Amino acid sequence: MKEKLAQMFQSKNRSRTLSFGLVIIAYIVLEVLLLTGNLSSLFTSLLVPVCCYIVAAIGLNLNVGISGELNLGQGGFMSVGAFVAVCVSGVLSYSIPSPIIRLIASILCGAIAAGVIGALIGIPVLKLQGDYLAIVTLAFGQIIKSIINNLYIGYDKNGFQMSFVENKLALAEGGKALLSGPMGATGTDRIATFTFGVILVLLSLLIVYNLMYSRNGRAIMAARDNRIAAESVGINVANTKMLAFVTSAMLAGAAGALYALNYATLAPSKFDFNLSILILVYVVLGGLGNMTGTIIATTVLVLLPELLRSLQDYRMLIYAIILIVIMLVTNNEFLKEKFSKLRLGKKGAMK
Amino acid sequence: MEILSYLINGLGLGSVYAIIALGYTMVYGIAKMLNFAHGDIIMVGAYLSFFAMTRFQLPVIVSVALAVLGCTILGVVVERLAYKPLRQATSLSVLITAIGVSYFLQNSAQLLWSSSTKVYPTIISNGAIKIGSLSISYLSILTILVCILVMTCLTLFVNKTKTGQAMRACAEDKGAAQLMGINVNHIISITFAIGSGLAAIAAVLLCAAYPSVSPTLGSMPGIKAFTAAVFGGIGSIPGAFLGGILLGVIETLTKAYISTQLSDAIVFAVLIIVLLIKPAGLLGKKVSEKV
Repeated sequence: MKEKLAQMFQSKNRSRTLSFGLVIIAYIVLEVLLLTGNLSSLFTSLLVPVCCYIVAAIGLNLNVGISGELNLGQGGFMSVGAFVAVCVSGVLSYSIPSPIIRLIASILCGAIAAGVIGALIGIPVLKLQGDYLAIVTLAFGQIIKSIINNLYIGYDKNGFQMSFVENKLALAEGGKALLSGPMGATGTDRIATFTFGVILVLLSLLIVYNLMYSRNGRAIMAARDNRIAAESVGINVANTKMLAFVTSAMLAGAAGALYALNYATLAPSKFDFNLSILILVYVVLGGLGNMTGTIIATTVLVLLPELLRSLQDYRMLIYAIILIVIMLVTNNEFLKEKFSKLRLGKKGAMK
Repeated sequence: MEILSYLINGLGLGSVYAIIALGYTMVYGIAKMLNFAHGDIIMVGAYLSFFAMTRFQLPVIVSVALAVLGCTILGVVVERLAYKPLRQATSLSVLITAIGVSYFLQNSAQLLWSSSTKVYPTIISNGAIKIGSLSISYLSILTILVCILVMTCLTLFVNKTKTGQAMRACAEDKGAAQLMGINVNHIISITFAIGSGLAAIAAVLLCAAYPSVSPTLGSMPGIKAFTAAVFGGIGSIPGAFLGGILLGVIETLTKAYISTQLSDAIVFAVLIIVLLIKPAGLLGKKVSEKV
């Protein structure tokens, strides 16, 4: 037991322990606040979305930070997961009354659907070198948005009905429309819970950390740092990048699924290019490859516009300025030097 | 005859995309960055020309000139304040900064000019030239002519002048260019100035076709034009021209013959297919890496 504990705080595992600890402590504190009724309704309504954004951002960080491929379509994968989950949950509501089982099944289906689409995109694109994944995922995000904007799916006792562009659904009595074009999903059961959101965050951390510290994870990082050197020691670069990309897409799918099941109605326009960019911002500000940083950055940046709400119209402007200033300050050579000296000084003092 | 008139409409739309794409491609070629704020420069150009024409009742030509001047200054200032300190930073940091600038411009516009949509005045009469059953609107003709003019001037500038030569040198190898006594920072500033000026021209043409002005006006044309630049081969000026025109034509034809709602999906699907077949874009150079 003691050895196990000591192992947890070894330098290699410290970041892992830190991020798990952070999530669990945050969960306990928030649960206590919730139970004692000390959390404002605004924050309560943000709990599940924050979990979703964190999961999507952890996935994206695996893709951008660990594998080094830019992805501008994380919102698109969330969209796939979200609307698949809505359909699955809607269909299962007839046969499975338990919300927990339905939630798990829908999220699994959402994640798998996003993963399959990720694989289909990844197979041709990841063989190429350069920023192609960025552009193709950007295009994919736009395509998926306009497809779901025109998709009508309904379900009744005779099975599924689907129509494209025009609403031609003719549902029998007791049937329900699952997706209705630009309106998106309507009348979804709100079965997502904060506890499940936190479990999903922990699960995604587990997946990403296990991948990072495995043989495959080291291959992914080697391929990122030097493609040619990695190839020369027998690493199949396209395959390792694929592993990271598909895992990332699946996490985004799961995140989108949880997000969709938290709202009664959800329009496809929610998952647009801006959302993909927003998640990328969380990842870059949190630190590439740094999962704890991602969790903190996501939480702060989701809450920031809400905290700035008293400034009303100026809040998004201030948000933009904060973004630019953070980038300028963290990349300033002079400040960097000062900071590294400060750190060295601390280490010296410890000796 | 029907298809011909769609084709000409497509050329008109494509010309606007081409002018915007030139800004993306030049900045990418020289500064190696994706300037996501480019779409918002278009928006500022649209507002500047709008106010010049409505509030100050200036003639169209003067308003356009003012918009071009304003955008050029804005482009240079943004480059100096936000991008220049990041010359040594990773491309992702620069990308995020560009996104920050984009948010900043959009929200400033919303604060300054309110988020309500404004109706852009007509700058060219709605008439059309009729050749048999074919009718070509004046606007399409004007747009195509402006695009050809811009393209010719830019090609001459890049190929014949000393500054243009310096630009090409910077695009090829910044370090070597600096050793030859070229002021790289100065060249990058000029690139941003040209790109932003072109954005203002595109803004006026865009608003003449779709006469409504709002703070988010630039985002979709921005993304489309970026796609066009990649389509033609990012970094290549003729590529941006070709990519823009093709994108406009494909978009108009899909809207006319396949589906209006799905035109975006089809345009982006074509982009993906082109990139898979020809990864460097239509006119891009394939650079093989030295080991």
